[in-house]
Amino acid sequence: MDAMVRELSYAQAIQEAMAIAMDMDERVFLMGEDIGVYGGAFQVTGDLVDRYGADRVLDTPISELGGAGVAVGAAVTGMRPIFEFQFSDFATLAMEQIVNQAAKMRFMLGGEVSVPLVMRFPAGSGTGAAAQHSQSFEAWLGHVPGLKVIQPATPYDAKGMLLAAVADPDPVMIFEHKLLYKMKGPVPEGYYTVPIGKADIRREGRDLTIVATSIMVQKALDAAAVLEAEGIDVEVVDLRTIRPMDKQTVIDSVKKTSRLMCVYEAVKTLGIGAEVSAMIAESEAFDYLDAPIVRLGGAETPIPYNPELEKATVPQVPDIIGAARDLVKGVR
Amino acid sequence: MAGASKAVADSRANLPFVYRQYGAEQLKQVLYKMYLIRRFEEGAEECYTRGLIHGTMHLSIGQEASAMGICMPLTEDDQITSTHRGHGHCIAKGAEVKRMFAEFFGKTTGYCKGRGGSMHIADVGKGNLGANGIVGGGIPIAVGAALSSKMMKTGKVVISFFGDGANNEGAFHEALNMAAVWQLPVIFVCENNGYGMSTSTARSTAVKNIADRAAAYAMPGVIVNGNIFSEVAEASHKAVERARAGEGPTLIESKTYRHRGHSKSDRNRYRTKEEIEDWMSNRDPITLFENELREFGFIDDKGIEAIRNAVAQEIADGIEFAKASPSPDVSETGNYVYTELA
Repeated sequence: MDAMVRELSYAQAIQEAMAIAMDMDERVFLMGEDIGVYGGAFQVTGDLVDRYGADRVLDTPISELGGAGVAVGAAVTGMRPIFEFQFSDFATLAMEQIVNQAAKMRFMLGGEVSVPLVMRFPAGSGTGAAAQHSQSFEAWLGHVPGLKVIQPATPYDAKGMLLAAVADPDPVMIFEHKLLYKMKGPVPEGYYTVPIGKADIRREGRDLTIVATSIMVQKALDAAAVLEAEGIDVEVVDLRTIRPMDKQTVIDSVKKTSRLMCVYEAVKTLGIGAEVSAMIAESEAFDYLDAPIVRLGGAETPIPYNPELEKATVPQVPDIIGAARDLVKGVR
Repeated sequence: MAGASKAVADSRANLPFVYRQYGAEQLKQVLYKMYLIRRFEEGAEECYTRGLIHGTMHLSIGQEASAMGICMPLTEDDQITSTHRGHGHCIAKGAEVKRMFAEFFGKTTGYCKGRGGSMHIADVGKGNLGANGIVGGGIPIAVGAALSSKMMKTGKVVISFFGDGANNEGAFHEALNMAAVWQLPVIFVCENNGYGMSTSTARSTAVKNIADRAAAYAMPGVIVNGNIFSEVAEASHKAVERARAGEGPTLIESKTYRHRGHSKSDRNRYRTKEEIEDWMSNRDPITLFENELREFGFIDDKGIEAIRNAVAQEIADGIEFAKASPSPDVSETGNYVYTELA
């Protein structure tokens, strides 16, 4: 019997996943700043404190470093914490625990422990929150062996990948774009997982592969719909996982379309686009390329406050359309 | 009153804590382990000098009473987080020196299968969640382990060892505050050996005693002479009882001294020879404990000699075990990064 499918928002899908995880396993608990009666800065935990109590929906002091360390310590001693950063930017305060401890503990101890820790990072720009509340750090953490880093782009994936993350024995970092929280989509009831480390082809096409992450997946799909009317057939690959990256899906797609564009919100240089491009350049897909690879990423600036400037610092649908046209027509 | 009959107990009524609390065999075992820590580190240092161990190491020679005293009331299920100066903690919590030597030699039989070395020495089976290369890194992790204990109602107590340097890290503040807010069964043990690398506590720390900082977290702050085993053990007993009873955390400042430099690169330019000499000659924790044991009639010179010989044999056997153990294959470089790869 198929599970009943409803329209849920991305935030509701995450909340439902956390509730299911807590129902299934008493070791699962939530911790973070103002996730209790406040419901979380983005209302993702919502009323979970009423249903699971303040011990399992644990408000922490404003102590990102200490809080992250407590989560690491709880994870290695038998609990399964889901730690919410209020904004992904605040991960900078906790890098020590994430990078030096959570990521390395299993390795340093020769496999004697696992760190079954989930961390959630509300990320990205577009909310007028300016330079310290709008960043996209997924590539930072993606650079650290020992971590898994995912970026679900739909409510369905947000629920399924969070449940996969909770079931994972290793630390999983989930970057959730804040503008996606209100996005609605079909979400089945009950338990299901979406595997970590598998990309998804959101739209099949012949002329161009766009590898997109997070909110850029929808923008790429919107651009593809416009380009279709012009006779340009775009394949959109939702990378979904930054580490470990699903190379084969991207390679196969590029071999089919012979053109590659990477679209991501984080600062363009030294980012995910660089990794995907280099990976293709090193692969058998390189010989299939008919044009140079194009990266569309964030501007080399902090995120500005002014709404027009803010939009201009990250790729928008018209930017994708323009770049795709040039790429397919051989302008570049 | 483990091991002591009533008549014996009465005759000991005026002795310091541990001589009332423990029997002769247990106390001799403590002396054995203090020697084991000392000789382990001397052995490791010698192997390093001879080029058998690479990297660096941070020796706790002079701090043995602190490690042993703190771990004295712990059960095997209780847990600790340790520091880069953590060999003593590891042995005090029950580790075998042969597997520690093997780790220092980078061998597969080491506690971390050669991936951690001195700075990440651990023994998870005995409750040592690991030394830490980051100053203060283990403090919040200990609080997390104590949170697990409370949530899972396991009754475990967690000790977080750290040095005077760590008390100026933000992690110290955040972790102690959370432990107190949530009344967790964790004991913070600051082994104040006077110097964070080269910088004295007088130059680095605004308060005279690190234990004074406990007031900021509404928890007891206790100062002990870290070179007197009985003092340390007594403070640890009280803190462990308090933690087990659900009454929350304690901060213990164990004032001690490291005879050796910070690490292998230290030229000791920040302290005088006289100062080091004084601590070695007049305040050595093993000598102090040995003298008390002898004075109170728990051991004689022959007994001490027997312990020294047995320790020397265990150290020699441990080094041989390490030398004879296999190294990991370079094809296994990627092991243990993720769980499914192991």
